[in-house]
Amino acid sequence: MNQIKTSAPVLSTRGLDKSFGSLVVAKDIEIELPQGVRYALIGPNGAGKTTLINLMTGMLRPDSGQILLGGEDITALDPEARVRRGLIRTFQINSLFPHLTPLEAVTLAVCEREGISRTWWKPVWTYHDALDEAYDILKSLMLAAVCHRQTRELAYGQQRLLEIALALATKPKVLLLDEPAAGVPREESAELFTAITSLSQDITVLFIEHDMNLVFRLASRIIVMVGGRILVEGTPAEISADPRVREVYLGGAAHV
Amino acid sequence: MTSTSAALAGPHEHLRAQDRWRAIEVVFWLATLLPFLVTPNYLSLASQVAITALFALSLDLILGYAGIVSLGHAAFFGFGAYAAGILSKHGWGEPLSGLLFAGIAAGLLGYLMSFIIARFRHLALIMITLGFGLLLLEAANSAGWLTGGADGLQGVRMWPLLGMFRFDLYGFTAYWYSLILLFLLFLVSRRLINSPFGLSLRGIRENSTRMRAIGAESRAHIRKIYTISAAMAGIAGGLLTQTTETVSLGVLDFQRSADILVILVLGGAGRLYGGLIGAIIFLVARDQFSGINPQYWYFPIGVLLVVVVLFLPGGILGGLAQITGSERFQRMVRPLMVWRGKSP
Ligand SMILES: Nc1ncnc2c1ncn2[C@@H]1O[C@H](COP(=O)(O)OP(=O)(O)O)[C@@H](O)[C@H]1O
Ligand SMILES: [Mg+2]
Repeated sequence: MNQIKTSAPVLSTRGLDKSFGSLVVAKDIEIELPQGVRYALIGPNGAGKTTLINLMTGMLRPDSGQILLGGEDITALDPEARVRRGLIRTFQINSLFPHLTPLEAVTLAVCEREGISRTWWKPVWTYHDALDEAYDILKSLMLAAVCHRQTRELAYGQQRLLEIALALATKPKVLLLDEPAAGVPREESAELFTAITSLSQDITVLFIEHDMNLVFRLASRIIVMVGGRILVEGTPAEISADPRVREVYLGGAAHV
Repeated sequence: MTSTSAALAGPHEHLRAQDRWRAIEVVFWLATLLPFLVTPNYLSLASQVAITALFALSLDLILGYAGIVSLGHAAFFGFGAYAAGILSKHGWGEPLSGLLFAGIAAGLLGYLMSFIIARFRHLALIMITLGFGLLLLEAANSAGWLTGGADGLQGVRMWPLLGMFRFDLYGFTAYWYSLILLFLLFLVSRRLINSPFGLSLRGIRENSTRMRAIGAESRAHIRKIYTISAAMAGIAGGLLTQTTETVSLGVLDFQRSADILVILVLGGAGRLYGGLIGAIIFLVARDQFSGINPQYWYFPIGVLLVVVVLFLPGGILGGLAQITGSERFQRMVRPLMVWRGKSP
């Protein structure tokens, strides 16, 4: 643990603030994600978790504060530039390519990463390496059997897996997963989380998840957010023992 | 059945199979030669169809594939038409280089325009392209010294094609010239949409937010396809000038932008052949109906458009694809396939 903590953080935020009108959705957010760590971000609905991912990936601009990736200030970069530096997200609500097949979609991501997608005079199928890579990613997420179906025809759980497949195709250094199992029945979410646990240790992962069993099983550290603020950050043991967290989750108003 | 065997053969085999020429495509292109034999009196109409098909194809690349709406695509068609006409009027009547000139001129205009286009979507795009089209029409109208204004551009004289083939009154040369260009640019488009670049265009159409999240260079892609599409529309316009040896303000008219959109939607956007089929139906219908009642020929087209949009959201080609892809149709044709020894 100490070893991990002393290594320079891959992704960090400094004093991030964001409000929508009078609604404060991020207040003085300070996060440091060390290399290879598995971080869970939890908190009641509306706490600002998705907003935080939007801020980190550049889909929203912070009112103030900084975001650093590998020591570089990326606050001013647009989302595409952040992706090219290895900061990747998935979406809480499926954001896929309905009329592309999974193979096409993942190949598209690989081609964009490799700069192949500027080529317009050679057919896609001649790029065997890109296609093989895409196929392997789909296989590792148990999507090989449906890789030629249109995405909109896939089962919901498979679409959630494709969310992750698309992210992996960009070769992330830091992967931000926004409720990867949202809407997937508990019996079926096992596949998803096996996929997440078996991700390479080179990838730093921050995931939002409501199922506490999963959070405690998968995360090495946990951040608890409430009302746009970080309430507490610590190991699963520390978090489960923290009276303030118990207050939020057992206190009544908020739902898990 | 096909998907499992393709999956075994490797992921690229399946995509490769989609890229192959189908029998129906070969039949289609052979059929484009029929006017020479069957309706030699209609070769002028046939070349109008080929030119309009090329124009529709250019719109399909941006609208059908990249999802970029345009209500002002006649701007590029008209720009190419005037470029070709003005070049010829000033003494250079060689058709092929004239067409190249028209394509480059329109492509350049498209390139400049693409910087604005790449920043907008949906309604804003419709308004911008519409406004741009009107602007260009007014500019051509007032620049009478260059364009001939409302009288049209006079004095366009084309030299024989390749130094040998005169543009005859029957439209014989006009049709094969237009047809060959349509075919060549169709081949280019077919290549393009099956390429990695084409895949990215479809990604932009399907979900531009996700494209950002995978780090795609969407804006660069949009600029590129818009330039290509504009150049192609310009070549279509240039063809019209060269085959009719006149240019009127009509080439820039809003009506032309609207018609080409109707043609593409009728035929089926995002299918490459949609604009071609749409152009055939639209122009043949106009030719037939306007003979009966010149004022109201839009009536049947309007009805057809409403019916297609209501019942065949993929256009006529989309509807056909649905029928031929259905279980019932497959059951019907399977015996034929067995007979030809093509079934498992
Ligand atoms: N674009 C937006 N405009 C205004 N309010 C927003 C916007 N996005 C999110 N919100 C609000 O910000 C709060 C935090 O939302 P969100 O980050 O999605 O929460 P979480 O992901 O933790 O459930 C919610 O109250 C939500 O309604
Ligand atoms: Mg959320």
